Amino acid sequence: MLKLLGQRLVLGILTLILVSALIFAVTEWLPGDIATNILGQQATPENVAAIRAELGLDRPPYERYVEWLRGAVDGDFGTSLANKRPVADVIGPRLWNTLFLAAYAALIAVPLSVFLGILAAIYRNSIYDRLVNISTLAAISMPEFFIGYILILFLAVQFRWFPAIATFKPEQTFTQHLYATFLPMLTLVLVVIAHMMRMTRTSVLTVMASPYIEMALLKGLSKARIVVRHALPNAMAPIINVIALNLAYLIVGVVVVEAVFTYNGLGRLMVDAVSKRDVPVVQACGLIFAVVFIGLNLIADVLSILSNPRLRHPR
Amino acid sequence: MRVGGIRITLTAIIGTLIILACVGGAILAPWVAPHDPNLPMGGRWDPPSPEHWLGLDQIGRDMFSRILYGGRISIGLAMLATILAFVVGVVTGLAAAIFGGWIDMLFSRVADVVLSIPNLMWALIILSGFGTGATIIVLTIGSLYSVYVFRVARSVAMNVVVLEYVEAARLRGEGLMWVILREILPNALPPLAAEFGLRFCFAFLFVAALSFLGLGVQPPDADWGSMVKESALAIPAGIAAPLYPAAAIALLTIGVNMVVDWLLSMYSRPQGENA
Repeated sequence: MLKLLGQRLVLGILTLILVSALIFAVTEWLPGDIATNILGQQATPENVAAIRAELGLDRPPYERYVEWLRGAVDGDFGTSLANKRPVADVIGPRLWNTLFLAAYAALIAVPLSVFLGILAAIYRNSIYDRLVNISTLAAISMPEFFIGYILILFLAVQFRWFPAIATFKPEQTFTQHLYATFLPMLTLVLVVIAHMMRMTRTSVLTVMASPYIEMALLKGLSKARIVVRHALPNAMAPIINVIALNLAYLIVGVVVVEAVFTYNGLGRLMVDAVSKRDVPVVQACGLIFAVVFIGLNLIADVLSILSNPRLRHPR
Repeated sequence: MRVGGIRITLTAIIGTLIILACVGGAILAPWVAPHDPNLPMGGRWDPPSPEHWLGLDQIGRDMFSRILYGGRISIGLAMLATILAFVVGVVTGLAAAIFGGWIDMLFSRVADVVLSIPNLMWALIILSGFGTGATIIVLTIGSLYSVYVFRVARSVAMNVVVLEYVEAARLRGEGLMWVILREILPNALPPLAAEFGLRFCFAFLFVAALSFLGLGVQPPDADWGSMVKESALAIPAGIAAPLYPAAAIALLTIGVNMVVDWLLSMYSRPQGENA
């Protein structure tokens, strides 16, 4: 088993290195003369020379890549082109805000959707089950901003239960934090919950079709006991994968949701940086998102190996 | 209900009607739009009235007419991106399946790397290098989604390539192009059709999201995503203006999804079997 885990770890690190190379190539190498591109209308020879010096564009790309990656490992992402501050200082608080929001949404969405998904599997083909199916279709069809604005319009503007704009102030207590970010959290939960619910239901039902479950049924066990005691342990691996996939999706959803609620997170910082073409900030944000994403997939792989007795015990 | 041996479901009919309404409204916009989409004709965010069905936008233009015209850009860009993804994806997918070896290896590893982080992240990274705007988002989404099409096309073709009739065609000395076009492609078509619908949905939502973030379609042009962004300030004032273009996005996506579900149920069930 250790060999298997080691393989996954090496594969993850290798993927991350390739992704970082691709991020670098797409932002600094493929676009050609990026100093002129970044400046657009203001591309006077002096400005171009300044940007070139800033990014060290006189050196070959692979040298710059190695230096960038080495800096990134030490937490040094260079200097923002827009405000001349170190990228790491700009990103730090934003990253914390985004992780807070994502974790908040995940803590609500994961237990809730697994619970509701198992219920749908138990009461298969009932009205509740159909409701799950319809809500899945609705959830994958609605853009995040649609859900977000509906929530703001009703819960924040009409009823004034929650604030429409999620702002953080240093003097806020933890509960006030939770209250201030309630609507963006709810939006994210609504975006991911339907898919997780549906996949949990499918995983449980797939296991329910196997002969040993029929055996349990014939023994006269109750439906709930069969699902929870007999089917669920074997459905864990696919469910863990779905959860990891959706947590990753949550991190993407964060980009749009932060824009809706003008929340000062990493996603909004990255979008701002893209429109200002602040390449060092985009590279750093991209790399951080990549680490989180690949890390989540790695954890999911490890957990599904651990949850599978056939892989857990060496033959 | 059955027409010519094909099972038609209620979902399929509703889905098709929604698609026809959206696409028809977009194509026929110059003829069916009640007002000029660029002409201010009243106050900021005037509420819906018999004259202006969905009210006015942030500078007093007719929202309904703007949605009809905006649909041309939204649907058009998503369509272009999907077609690009299919051309690139099917060609590389077939090449990987037919030639195998290092070509397959190279394409598949590139696909793995691209799929290891979310599309939206790649899109943002690409846009920061190449600039923003409608053309660049079509190229970006098209190339990102070609990776998914590549995977589907490759796996479908892999299954077809090993079948007897393909080998028979090769043995009787047919040229490579003939084998691809006459033997492999027709049998790979149904799964690719469902994939096309699904990809279109994702591309459509992707265009909307990028335009909403201000990185896609730029003013004075407007698609549904950028219309949501531009009228977003109405929401804190308790006015639903941005919800109309957002609802249009959701509606078309639901319609296409319904038809895709039907397509998938069609070819996953062997013909002649009653359901």
